[in-house]
Amino acid sequence: MTETAQEQHVELEVGYASGKSIPRKEDGRLVQGQGVFADDVKRHGMGYVHFVRAPYAHARIVSVDVSAAEALDGVYGTLTPDEVAELTDPFFELTTPPGSQIKDYALAVGRVRHIGEPVVAVVAETRERARDAADLVEVEYEPLDVIVDARRAQDGGAPVLHEGAGTNVVWSGRFDWGDIDGALKAADRVVRIKELHFDRFSSTPLECSAALVEYDRGTGQFTLHCNHQMPGVAAIWMGPALRVPLDRLRFVTQDIGGAFGNKITTHTYLTACCLLARKLKRPIQWTEWRTDQHTANAHGNERWFHDIEVAVQNDGTMLGFKVAALDDCGAFPRYEPLGCIIWAQVTPGLYRWRNIRVDFTQVVTNKSPVAPNRGYSRMQQLWLTERICDIVAAELGLDPVEVRKRNYIRSEELPYETPNGCVYDSGDYARCLDIALELIDYDAARARQKEADGKLIGIGIGSTLDSGTNNFGQSTLLNPELQFSGNNEVATIKLDIFGEIVLTLGTVPQGQGHETTASQVAADILGVSPDQIHVRPGHDSYWNSHAGFSGTYASQFAVTGLEAVKGAAEKLSLEIRRLAGGVLGGADPDDVILEGGFAKRKDNPEAALPFMACGAIINANNAAIPPELRDITLNCRYVYVPPFELPDKERKFGNLTLTYATQIHACVVEIDPETGEVEIADYAAVDDCGTRINPQIVEGQVHGATVHAIGAALYETFAYDEYGQLLTSNFYDYHVPHALDLPRIKTGHIESPSPFSSLGTKGMGEGGGAAIHAICSAIQDALRTAGSPAVVNDSFNPPERVWRMLQAPEETAALVEVTTQ
Amino acid sequence: MSDHTIAVSVNGERYEREVEARKLLVHFIRDDLDLTGTHVGCDTGNCGACTVLLDGTAVKSCMLLAPQADGAEITTVEGLAGDDGELTPLQRAFHEHHGLQCGYCTPGMLLSATYLLSHTPQPSEEEIRRAIQGNICRCTGYVNIVKAVQAASGGLSPVTET
Repeated sequence: MTETAQEQHVELEVGYASGKSIPRKEDGRLVQGQGVFADDVKRHGMGYVHFVRAPYAHARIVSVDVSAAEALDGVYGTLTPDEVAELTDPFFELTTPPGSQIKDYALAVGRVRHIGEPVVAVVAETRERARDAADLVEVEYEPLDVIVDARRAQDGGAPVLHEGAGTNVVWSGRFDWGDIDGALKAADRVVRIKELHFDRFSSTPLECSAALVEYDRGTGQFTLHCNHQMPGVAAIWMGPALRVPLDRLRFVTQDIGGAFGNKITTHTYLTACCLLARKLKRPIQWTEWRTDQHTANAHGNERWFHDIEVAVQNDGTMLGFKVAALDDCGAFPRYEPLGCIIWAQVTPGLYRWRNIRVDFTQVVTNKSPVAPNRGYSRMQQLWLTERICDIVAAELGLDPVEVRKRNYIRSEELPYETPNGCVYDSGDYARCLDIALELIDYDAARARQKEADGKLIGIGIGSTLDSGTNNFGQSTLLNPELQFSGNNEVATIKLDIFGEIVLTLGTVPQGQGHETTASQVAADILGVSPDQIHVRPGHDSYWNSHAGFSGTYASQFAVTGLEAVKGAAEKLSLEIRRLAGGVLGGADPDDVILEGGFAKRKDNPEAALPFMACGAIINANNAAIPPELRDITLNCRYVYVPPFELPDKERKFGNLTLTYATQIHACVVEIDPETGEVEIADYAAVDDCGTRINPQIVEGQVHGATVHAIGAALYETFAYDEYGQLLTSNFYDYHVPHALDLPRIKTGHIESPSPFSSLGTKGMGEGGGAAIHAICSAIQDALRTAGSPAVVNDSFNPPERVWRMLQAPEETAALVEVTTQ
Repeated sequence: MSDHTIAVSVNGERYEREVEARKLLVHFIRDDLDLTGTHVGCDTGNCGACTVLLDGTAVKSCMLLAPQADGAEITTVEGLAGDDGELTPLQRAFHEHHGLQCGYCTPGMLLSATYLLSHTPQPSEEEIRRAIQGNICRCTGYVNIVKAVQAASGGLSPVTET
């Protein structure tokens, strides 16, 4: 079942495209530089916008003077905080009072709250001139005290970022399932971990955020050629803020240069561009600079875990745990506080733990706002569960492999309801672990560990679930007033006048190969080859092929996107078969099959109508159609709605996601004790995302998710100094992995079809940060094997931290205490 | 700010333009020549998305001012495929081996790898990784990019049955 290479370019038999690694439709334009990314869109007379940004992490804005900038030749105009405060309403907040009193605008109004926050926008005829003019904008600030460390955000006397809220707490609440107090009493031992820290990083897409925004004065229509990855949500933020109906905001994307969740909260900038396009009566071009992307767009959530208590039996069986989680969302919540519930999709990780209490608090700090970065919120929780496993194994002297297997939910227990009502659909975690260990040759690695001279060798495991297809009803567990639940996605497919099949998605792809995968599914239903299906690239609100939750995020395309495609293709198939049945002598649609571009009678394949004829009849030659077939349009829109129910707000209980893909990673690391440098000697990623429509695309997603997590574990951090200045504000200091930093990644897979999707697919791609967990696990293993009591207490382990753990093991060892009862 | 008249040959076509002294070569290629296949991914010369061939050598076009390219012969991603649209072996290999996802780094990767193969037709994996270390890809983990370059150099069969 395992494989390390998947170039299965099999000759396709019509009707059997799904499951094959066919090369992508998207590639032709992209390898020739003919893709259209947001920054490639140009318009006559457009003005380039440059944002004047906060040089302080926290300051009152005393005055703003744009007169010198506006007087510069080639400058078209500016946008100031006062104008924004007058022309827009604050973006709506998802949280409950008092956090909901936070006021978030397109530009800083009254105060700046993080380095790089946009204060004034300047538009000029060239990007260089806009920068010149930005230098002439005078902003006077009165610096205020800053909060950088979330742990201090609730201290008496701590500066409060948002006066209206009167507190730095965005959201706080208790989740209590099972009986953790009873479990802690009954357990043989209690393992206490004082503090763990999940670091701040982001997947930093190579393409920064960008837009070309036009305003049509005659109709009041805004058109945003952009790279927002979730336009439906952008529209519901922006419409009320701009005081325009949602349909006046037309979002258009084609190729997006990666997003990873970092392009969900760009509505603040897009709103500023809309105001400028309307004010200056010209198209506005905005492309974020890399340094802007790092300082003032979207980081991943940083999280602290305090006072963890784990109920453990002597054999390593765990009964549950309790923890106080403290999430740092930066200066504005935006998509938050959804991260305060999203983790609950994977509350117990992959484990059979029934008693869990989480006291969850989220605070604002004077740092960049966060957005749902790949693995969003579940990754932090899964890191916690994996650290618990490894720390318990290390403290009890047990084998981390055995501890996991003892605690994993068994394949025969699936579908499995977690303590908080989520239903894990299918999988075989222990088998995936075996495959991963086989790929790194676990026994040989253990043997090498004993012989190693000089280097410390560690073997690590990361077990994760990639929960996909959100039930947005989970938002009501945070704020009962919110009117969100379920999920939806749309696809539209038509058979055109000359027989061309055109498929339109609601999703907003960013490199995931949707055009290809969608064509495979539709082709099989319509009896043609994927080449015969034109899938429109990108997204356009004017296609009317989207719904409220459309977009590409949260590992859901393989379910929501493809179920919509399947539904639409089946509708079209039925229409073609009804039409052909009628034309071919009154055959029942069930007695007509679609094959090779023809609709044929089963009882007489010679009686066949080409698709071209079907398209022509309906579109251009319909006077002879009998009345009972006149409802046929050959233009079919299907909205997929997953079978969700509202969660129970009192118990914070319910099924929060539809599918759960499994990732089990294993690695071998070598640590240089002189420098603390960690090198990955071997790496294996085993994935189970149910039925795979295009295995090569799936494997590519596995590679990408793995490397993001390797970067987060070893190289990438958004580090701030005590003044709230970002120290890693571009790729110079923020080191993303290069080709030489990485091992050859081995991959393996099993397929456990989901019982909850009709194709057996599961959303995948985010990957749950498995490599972070695996590398932390391996460092822990190396330390313990070398006799060090140090505890890996941070998700980010650069050489200096590892060296420190080796030099002063008592510092982290003191974080853990085991009580025998 | 002084303006300069520069003449360059890009993908075999000669262009003469007046540019500001401070204009980056990448912005000249993208904005003035409208060849938007060359991308910008950073402000610091780290990412390599803007890589082009300048007189046959791979360079990051954000690290040069446009006037510095006066008189040069430049190849961008748009100039790789033949006039008949036939892809180069490297472009084909990227397609066949899934060496790209979002496609944003791809033009730079292709140019760096084209340069590598121009002087090292049969590179080792180490040589390939070294040749593209100045090109950041955030989607693929480089696994399939390395495979694609190997395949284009004849080092890997384009079809590997498993």
